[in-house]
Amino acid sequence: MARSVQEKVIAIIAEQAVLEPSDVTMTSTLEDLGIDSLGLVESIFAIEEAFDISVPFNANDPGSSAFDISSVAAIVAAVEGLVAARAA
Amino acid sequence: MSPRGNRVVITGAGTINALAHDVAGTLEAFREGRCGITELDIRDKERLSIRIGGQVHNWDPEDRFNRQQIVLYDKFTQFTLLAAREAVAQSGLNFEGRLGYETGVILGTAGGGVNTWDENYRAVYEEGKNRVHPFVVPKLMNNAACSHVSMEFHLKGPSFTVATACASSNHAMGQAFHMVRSGMTKAMLTGGSESMLCFGGIKAWEGLRVMSKDACRPFSLNRNGMVQGEGAAVFVFEDYEHARARGAEILAEVVGFAMTSDAADIVMPSKHGAARAIAGALRDAGVNGEDVGYINAHGTGTAANDKTECAAVADVFGPHADRLMISSTKSMHGHLIGGTGAVELLACIMALRDGVIAPTIGYEEPDPECALDVVPNAARDAKVDVVLSNAFAFGGLNAVLALRRA
Repeated sequence: MARSVQEKVIAIIAEQAVLEPSDVTMTSTLEDLGIDSLGLVESIFAIEEAFDISVPFNANDPGSSAFDISSVAAIVAAVEGLVAARAA
Repeated sequence: MSPRGNRVVITGAGTINALAHDVAGTLEAFREGRCGITELDIRDKERLSIRIGGQVHNWDPEDRFNRQQIVLYDKFTQFTLLAAREAVAQSGLNFEGRLGYETGVILGTAGGGVNTWDENYRAVYEEGKNRVHPFVVPKLMNNAACSHVSMEFHLKGPSFTVATACASSNHAMGQAFHMVRSGMTKAMLTGGSESMLCFGGIKAWEGLRVMSKDACRPFSLNRNGMVQGEGAAVFVFEDYEHARARGAEILAEVVGFAMTSDAADIVMPSKHGAARAIAGALRDAGVNGEDVGYINAHGTGTAANDKTECAAVADVFGPHADRLMISSTKSMHGHLIGGTGAVELLACIMALRDGVIAPTIGYEEPDPECALDVVPNAARDAKVDVVLSNAFAFGGLNAVLALRRA
């Protein structure tokens, strides 16, 4: 389960960055991958659709949103949390 | 004639918005720093994550229009007609004779009849109906409000609708100004209207994740996004000599207008595009930066707009940026999108005529990136001679008007 969340999130981010999934590492930041603010909002939409979850994220203040976007690993962990909360 | 053409003055104003159904009530709310943003009262609100807005309350179209009119008037048209009636009544103009041929209508709206789209999509998609009312198209079209104003007041001159998102009204009023200044027309009805506070209208905005769930706090460090509003404002722009000859009361003079395009990004604002529009309006008006006492900001309450706008003002005005006042009345009436510049022009007129600067309410924490005098939370008495009204739209289209005390 955990692995498939990671794979799906990486696939979504890779598609947004126009990269191969193998080029997206867990330590990459969105900035490293060339994803701008519009790309971020689109990625979050794709994540919500893929996992049937609602991601708490306000583009005005990404830093203080409950959803951590500081790295790919952080995003994966946050999505895993939201998926687990939905299943609970 | 001035070097650029005929002088242009404002001789009538009308509005309906979340603060009041007329100009007097709106200015009173500006003076009191009252907030018109409330919990939304719309269908299917429970499926929205954004549930506040600057909604017009206590609005019953049957109080103002007959049944035949209501089937043709989307809410954005209803709001426009109400505002136009107030503006024309104040101006005292009668357009039934020759003046009607020398007067047109230029209005701004971003979405036009959004409520009509929403209701009829619901009918065919959700309710599975295979038939809609025959007047759906003339009701929803973006120029419907403009055409109904021209019909109600017999205005037969140049008339059209401008759609440049959040700058629509300022672009419309700029065009109206140019027409009177050039001598193409003697007078114009101009301004703008918006009514997007319906399920589909708000759902679309939610997608961008730039909306606040609790309040519009322009320039405040803890701002967290924009809040949508609805309503309209309409003005009578008139040739100064024409107005003077008939002894009309002049509310303010329109002295300059400029528009620029960022040519950069579909949503992120550009300091350079905004600064070029502000500087262009000053040049067009033939005034120095030091003459400007007040700016009605675009001030949406988003992180990006407010810091970019303050940086643009600092660039254009230099040390004078710290002496002028700049406020965003969106904190009170919300962001009327294509109608916003029109409602905000009322704050400019109030500053010039009454010597009262409308505040930026909801201001809680200073932001070092918005370190200007934003007239926080309380209106202020101040005599100003020249004011600007900024509008910077999604798509990077900027429009700035300059007004002078009559």
